[in-house]
Amino acid sequence: MNPLTAGRLPRFTEPALLVVCLVVTTAALSVLNAGNPGVIIIVGALLFLLVSFALATSVEGVRHAKDRLAAHVVTGFFLIALAPLVSLAWGTVSAGLARMDVKFFTYSMRNVIGEGGGAVHAIWGTLIITGMATLISVPIGLMTAIYLVEYGARHRLASAIRFFVDVMTGIPSIVAGLFAYTLFSLFFGPGTKVGIAGAVALSVLMIPTVVRSTEEMLRLVPNELREASYALGVPKWRTIVKVVLPTSLAGIITGVVLSIARIIGETAPLLVTAGMNQSLNTNPFDSPMATLPVFVYYQYVTPGIPQDPYHARAWAGALTLILIVMLLNLVGRLISWKFAPKPGR
Amino acid sequence: MSKRIEIKDLDIYYGKFHAVSGVNMTIQPRSVTAFIGSSGCGKSTVLRSINRMHEVIDGAYSTGQVLLDGVDLYGPGVDPVRVRRQVGMVFQRPNPFPTMSIRENVLAGVRLNNSKVTRPQAEEIVEKSLQAANLWKEVKDRLDRPGSGLSGGQQQRLCIARAIAIAPDVVLMDEPCSALDPISTLAIEDLIHQLKEEYTVVIVTHNMQQAARVSDQTAFFNLKEQGKPGELIEVASTEKIFHNPDQKATEDYITGRFG
Repeated sequence: MNPLTAGRLPRFTEPALLVVCLVVTTAALSVLNAGNPGVIIIVGALLFLLVSFALATSVEGVRHAKDRLAAHVVTGFFLIALAPLVSLAWGTVSAGLARMDVKFFTYSMRNVIGEGGGAVHAIWGTLIITGMATLISVPIGLMTAIYLVEYGARHRLASAIRFFVDVMTGIPSIVAGLFAYTLFSLFFGPGTKVGIAGAVALSVLMIPTVVRSTEEMLRLVPNELREASYALGVPKWRTIVKVVLPTSLAGIITGVVLSIARIIGETAPLLVTAGMNQSLNTNPFDSPMATLPVFVYYQYVTPGIPQDPYHARAWAGALTLILIVMLLNLVGRLISWKFAPKPGR
Repeated sequence: MSKRIEIKDLDIYYGKFHAVSGVNMTIQPRSVTAFIGSSGCGKSTVLRSINRMHEVIDGAYSTGQVLLDGVDLYGPGVDPVRVRRQVGMVFQRPNPFPTMSIRENVLAGVRLNNSKVTRPQAEEIVEKSLQAANLWKEVKDRLDRPGSGLSGGQQQRLCIARAIAIAPDVVLMDEPCSALDPISTLAIEDLIHQLKEEYTVVIVTHNMQQAARVSDQTAFFNLKEQGKPGELIEVASTEKIFHNPDQKATEDYITGRFG
């Protein structure tokens, strides 16, 4: 007999065991009249962990059994993490699909009471405000990161900036909103609610994430490339523009897209800065501007009678927001794939 | 073009750390000089001081003079960027720019320095540099492919082509073969022999056979003792260093009775 062989469980054992465990638990719990599906899954999974560990120990030995146990626990936690995501996606799609019609994307809420109406004003608002926030944040964030990595190095100013950027990452979004609100109230009179104020509030939230992600990406560029460029007699700024940035562009774009995704769903700061508008307003410098999160909030919290059309609009708004974020991610991936250094064989 | 390098009383520091002390030597134009010595004795640092690349590290500075045909590279108001346009460098590990094609890599020095070149001029530079780096035959049909797709030895020759594309006076090589296989090493060594016709070449190497094969002059660096700055122990013709060195330390190192 080959001394290197050991007992192995047949491949189908584990799936079969899982099914058996679930069936047994269902039967046992329904006898006890506690047939809640959640409880069944949890108890069944625990039973499966125990039984499979015991079975694997007897057939394959303790080391293999521990290995399998670890794999099961990791998979289990992954499924637990996945559960809310799937449930959220399912909930939003099933509730929001009803109003994903042409009218929703062509009508605003101007003079709409009850059924009908749409979110075109909120979609435009979200795109405009997020776009402006990106226009403000990306240059500031990019330059800050370049300063931190390429020029600051170990200077005290750089470590101070890095520290405050970290602090900024943790600012509650409502504080950012109140900051922008106060700023605009100081300059343009109390109660000023305009789109640009929302963009400013969002950029306060966006800048630190852009700085952090860009900084990480710039750090990944090997120093050898910078040295190669310097050795060719290329000045520092051109080295940064022509060598460092192109090399890390894919990662920077991914970072920017992620930070857009982070701020596009912000509600509180927009509530206080950009306010709400029932009509389409595409001028960010005048009068309040509707945005999707705020639209969803108002539709859901202050419905008219009957409530159903308002709630349906809220869900459709949420679904639209998710779709926009998804689209952004796809575009980001496409762009970073296009710019990523190719292996070339 | 090829220029004479004179190093006078050169001391190099990284912050408070005294890396190299009291280097004096002359490097003739159209010759190959090899720097040998154990790791950490400052030969790469001296090499980098010839195009001021050691200053890339924070806190590095030097005293003394490095003269290129009589012009002090460390004189007041000297722009390191201009120095580096005259003194090219090839590094230990091949480092082609990953976002650029083979053609763009060769032209990187020209293009990034903002000089305008017409298409035919650019084509000429690419072909001439790649020919000079013995790489033209291998890559002429795929100039638009990324440089990172080449083999290690080819990448290193691409880096040499990139360095000589800006027509420097001096080419510095910091252990250019240490990451390469013997065949590629041979290719680079042949190339060094050819480069000697036009350029002053200085090469750092850990491979003594290599120093003996390629160089006309050899400089041996060593630490007096652990913690002391590195020093130039002896510089003479390669023939003399390898057969009849003046210093006992040199002989010990060459013959492997070291440390």
